[in-house]
Formats: sequence, C-alpha cells, structure tokens
Amino acid sequence: MQSIIRISAIIFKELKQLSRDRITFAMVVMIPLVQLLLFGYAINTDVRYLPAAYVDLSQTASSRQLLDRIRATQVVNFVTHYDSMTVAEQAITEGKVSAVLYLPADLELRLLQLHQAAAKTQARPAGHWVVDGSDPMISSAVRGLRLMPLQEESKTITKTAVSFEVVSYFNPEQRTAVNIVPGLIAVILTMTMILFTSAAIVREREQGNMEFLITTPIKPLELMLGKIVPYILVGFIQMLIILALGHLLFDVPFAADLLSLFIITFLFICASLALGLLISTKAQTQLQAMQMTVFVLLPSILLSGFMFPFAAMPEPAQWLAELLPATHYVRMIRAVVLREAHWFDLGFDSLCLLLFSLIALSIATARFKKRLD
Amino acid sequence: MTEIAIQTRGMTKAFGQSIAVNQLDLTVPKGCIYGFLGPNGCGKSTSIRMLTGLLTPSSGRIEVLGYQLPQQAEQLRQRIGYMTQKFSLYDNLTLLENLQFVSKIYGLGGLAASERIKQLLGLYQLEQRKHQMAGSLSGGQKQRLALAAATLHQPDLLFLDEPTSAVDPENRREFWERLFDLSEAGTTILVSTHYMDEAERCHRLAILELGEKRADGTPAELMAAMPVQVLEVSGPGLREIKQQMLRQPLIVSAAQLGSRLRLLVSDQQRQPELWLSGLLGPAYQIEQVRPSLEDVFVTSTGVGYAEHH
Repeated sequence: MQSIIRISAIIFKELKQLSRDRITFAMVVMIPLVQLLLFGYAINTDVRYLPAAYVDLSQTASSRQLLDRIRATQVVNFVTHYDSMTVAEQAITEGKVSAVLYLPADLELRLLQLHQAAAKTQARPAGHWVVDGSDPMISSAVRGLRLMPLQEESKTITKTAVSFEVVSYFNPEQRTAVNIVPGLIAVILTMTMILFTSAAIVREREQGNMEFLITTPIKPLELMLGKIVPYILVGFIQMLIILALGHLLFDVPFAADLLSLFIITFLFICASLALGLLISTKAQTQLQAMQMTVFVLLPSILLSGFMFPFAAMPEPAQWLAELLPATHYVRMIRAVVLREAHWFDLGFDSLCLLLFSLIALSIATARFKKRLD
Repeated sequence: MTEIAIQTRGMTKAFGQSIAVNQLDLTVPKGCIYGFLGPNGCGKSTSIRMLTGLLTPSSGRIEVLGYQLPQQAEQLRQRIGYMTQKFSLYDNLTLLENLQFVSKIYGLGGLAASERIKQLLGLYQLEQRKHQMAGSLSGGQKQRLALAAATLHQPDLLFLDEPTSAVDPENRREFWERLFDLSEAGTTILVSTHYMDEAERCHRLAILELGEKRADGTPAELMAAMPVQVLEVSGPGLREIKQQMLRQPLIVSAAQLGSRLRLLVSDQQRQPELWLSGLLGPAYQIEQVRPSLEDVFVTSTGVGYAEHH
C-alpha cells in the first residue's frame, strides 16, 4: 500500500513537471510530427530524375529520338551535353552529373544491326552509359535502362520470356512510405523514450533533488517504476500520432488489430525505458545521458532494418542488431501494420523485448544505490 | 532507550588519496541542537552525509538513533529529516505540490497529510504562497519550505547542512526560533554552519578543521577552556602594531576590528595587560574583554577564521 502511494507520488510529480516543461511537452508532439513529414516525403528508394548528360557523336534524327525515349523513362534528366567523353568524365568527377550516355558516330548502323540481329546474338550495343557507381542505388537504376526497348515496334521483337512472375503482397505499388512510416515509430520511440527517462533521473541528480529523495524511505524499484509509467503514456501518444498521420498523408494502412499494436508497442516502450534507466545509473550529467542515447540511437536507425534490409547485413551484424530493441520492434510493427499479423505470431520478438526489459530494469534497479558514493 | 542520538568512533572518509573526515568521535545527546562549525571544505557536509547513510564511511563505527550505519540506513530513513545545502525540492512544482509529494513519499496519505501540510504552511508563514512555484520563492521562503518538507514526517533527528547560507539576518533569526521550537518538542538537531553567531546559538558544538575535530563542548565550556586571554588595544598605527605583535611568541593571534586590535595572549603570560602596556607604551589603551566563539575557533584551529575564506 505504502509502495503504491509512493509510486503514484512519483508518477504524479513526473506528469506535472512534464506538463509544465513546455519545450519538452512540445517535443513529445513535434518530434513525431516533423520527422514523419520529413521522412515520409523525403525518403524514397525509387530513383528518379538523375542529373545526366549525353555525348552525341552521331547527331542524327535517330539519336535525338533515342534521347527523347530515354527522357520519357524519367530515370534520368539530361541537364546538359558535352562534345567529348573526356569533358563528360570530368563532369562526373566534379559531381555535376551522375551518368553520361555516349552515343557513337555510327549509331544508325548499330541500331540497324540491333534491329536485325535482335533475335540472334552478338550485336553491338547502341551506345553506352558511364555512371558514377559510388552509390549502388544510382548505378542500379541506370543499369535498369540496359534492356530498354529501342523502338516502338521492337517491343514485339525483343520481348523475352519471363522466368518467374512476381506478385507483390502488402505494398503492391511499392511505395517507400508504406515501409518507412511504421519503422519510424521505432526510431522516434527509441530516441524519445531513452532520452526522456535517462534525463529524468540524471536531472534530479544534477539539480540536487536526488540527495533529498534518497534520504527518504522510497525504494529504488518504486522510483524506477514511477519514472517509467508516465513515459509509457507519452510513447503511446507518439505512436498514435505517427500512425494516424501516416494513414492520412501517406495512405499507410492503420493496424487492423489494435490489441496487437498496443501489446507490441508496450513491450518496446518498456524495453526502451528500461534502457534509459540503465543509462541514467551510469550518466552523471544530462549531456552524458544524451551521448549514450545517441550511441544506441544510430545503430537503431542503421542496423534495425528501418533503413536497409536486415537480411542484407552480414551475420555478426545481424546478431548485434538482435540485441537492439528497435530491431525486434521494426520487424513486429511492420508485421502488425502492413501484414495484419497477430502479436501471437511474433513470439520470438515479443519474448526478446520482454527479456530485454526485465534484464535492463533489474540491472538498473540493482545499480541504483541510495548512496552518493 | 539510550539518551544519545548520535555516536561515532573513529569515523573516517577518504576520497581516493584525500581524507575528507579523519577519525571523528562524536557524541550528540538527544534533544540538543548540535553544531558543526568549520570553514568550507572542513568535512561538515561529508560528516552529515555519513550520518544520514548517504555515504559509506571508509572506517569507524556510527550509531544513529540506535541503528548501525551504514547497514541499517534504510530503517533509519523514516526517522530522520535532512535539509540539504542546495535547495532540493522541485522548482517547477508549487509549494503545496512539493509538500504533497514529500508527504506521499513518507507514506502519509489522505486527511493526516493535508492536516499536517496545513499546519506547516501556517507555522512557516507560507499559506499565501502555496500555489506559487517553488522556483520563484525568495531565499528565506525556500529555506522555510525546505525545513517544512524535512520535518513533515515529524522526524526524531533533523540534519541541516548550512541551512542559512542564502538567507538574510532577519530570516535567520526567525529560522532559529523555529529550530528552538522543534528542539523544545524533543527533536534532536544537527546543524552545520560557518557563521559564528549561529554556532553560538547551539547547545553544543564541534569545531572541525581539515576533517578533524579540534574541540567540542558547549559554547561556554569552549570559551572557558581556551588557553588564552583576550585583549583589545586601541591607539595609533594599528597596522604596524599588528605586525609587531605577531612576532611575539606569546601572542597567538592578532586581528584588527575597526579601530581596535584584538589580541589572543597565551595563558603562560600571567599578567597580559601589564605585559602589553610595557611593550606598547602609554599611547595605547589596553582592555581585557570577554572571549567570543571566534576566539575559540582561532585558538583551536590556529588560524584566523576570516583567513580561511
């Protein structure tokens, strides 16, 4: 009973302080709002309108026709043209263009050969692309132009049989936002949850409140729980903001199974908060707490599968990523929101988060001494 | 039931190489106001933190209200109040919210808590400000609020770490009145200070320097036990005379107070007045005066109090 009174005292106090700290309160809402708009619109893996140039040595009607056809694919945008490859290569080095199309003087002859030889092999290509290959995503976009049909009628000729047909479930239009928005919840919650809790305890230490608090009969676990609960609420608010706006602005489906959504998010929030508490037992100042948060945040963005496919990482990196709560949550939230999975289907990830929370909370409670030395 | 609130034997705290508190033996009787007098960095706060269980002593035995520290610190917490040197309540909560928070932390709920808070608000004249943010209070108000919070659960033993350092003299007097009220009601109070006038109000006090106890007892005992006589000299050229006097081995200290020079002369000189007038000549008036606590401090530490600052 006394325990409950004490925990509720901490929760109440924390909520009051949060509601009076206008900047923090604003950040609770603004972080998900702004980041969602920013990332939702900005992050796009569908490469379009690469700045490109051409070197046209044939200067014929066919070459101009060909250039128009390439423009129409929207993959590249010809911003300029050069007279020789030497100048064009220099332009790539300087970063003025990402790709250069070289059309040789005998283009018409080559096109003719291609046309005739289409069914056969050994024909010389019509021209070639020089690409700034430092970004694999850009070079593969240009590579996609390799098999572009050269003439309207040639479609019928060059059409090759498809080995496999691909049916795209869950995101048939292949829009990036559909994948990004649920993942964004993981990133934003990682950031705010860890930072809020770690700062909440370290701040008391910095401002001298802790010295008073630890001479009172409050127990470490009571203090920890009292600090966690208010931020669970904050986490849910942020999740709802992101999902609701994601639905309105980017047509991301809203989770059909709300119970599952709340269960997995609750698990993830607990894990992040427990991690924040763990940091707070180590950090002496709010700045240190912030640095440690960033230390966790960066891998949570880059390794969790939020930005790059998890399966593409080498195995040791995958093991490392499994240690991050964000990895499990990214996997689960995408399953629940996009694939209508039930939380029960996600036993492994749920269990991982639960274990992580319990371990982190126990270590934090054990490490939190009601002492100054 | 023992009549001793705090007893330590050989209490020592070292932070790495530096020793903050060295072999401190203290005996604080119940119901008294006990003062720690000493310059900054003499180990006052460290001692208080060990006595409240916040710091683990490097060696020595500590018994507070019958509990062995640091082992039984948790049981002790419900029975002590601690007012930290720095204001330790929440600036962005109102006065009332702060007190409500503290009352819940001590497990006080419902009617009992609100009665007690009302009583404290009245006692410390904070009733009109109860909806004001604690951060916007004046130094004196903050200090009264902190005292109210520290005594909310009616502790048997109250620790005050330099409670009046940010308070004007008027408020300081008022504050001490409240401490005497608490003492009257049976609370044992341990207060650290670097103000002489405050130390003089204590029932008993210990003079600390560099982590060691130089003297302890009641202010009167301490003054009587001093091995020096206190004399004041007035006349021309006191700055010059001061230097001259300090060269005399029998003169423990010389300090100028306005137009007078206060000298502490060793008891080895049986007739200090005669001896001094012989030294100085007829141009100077010499008068034996009542010793003060500052003199006690100077003789027990060997350094002028002001020179510490």
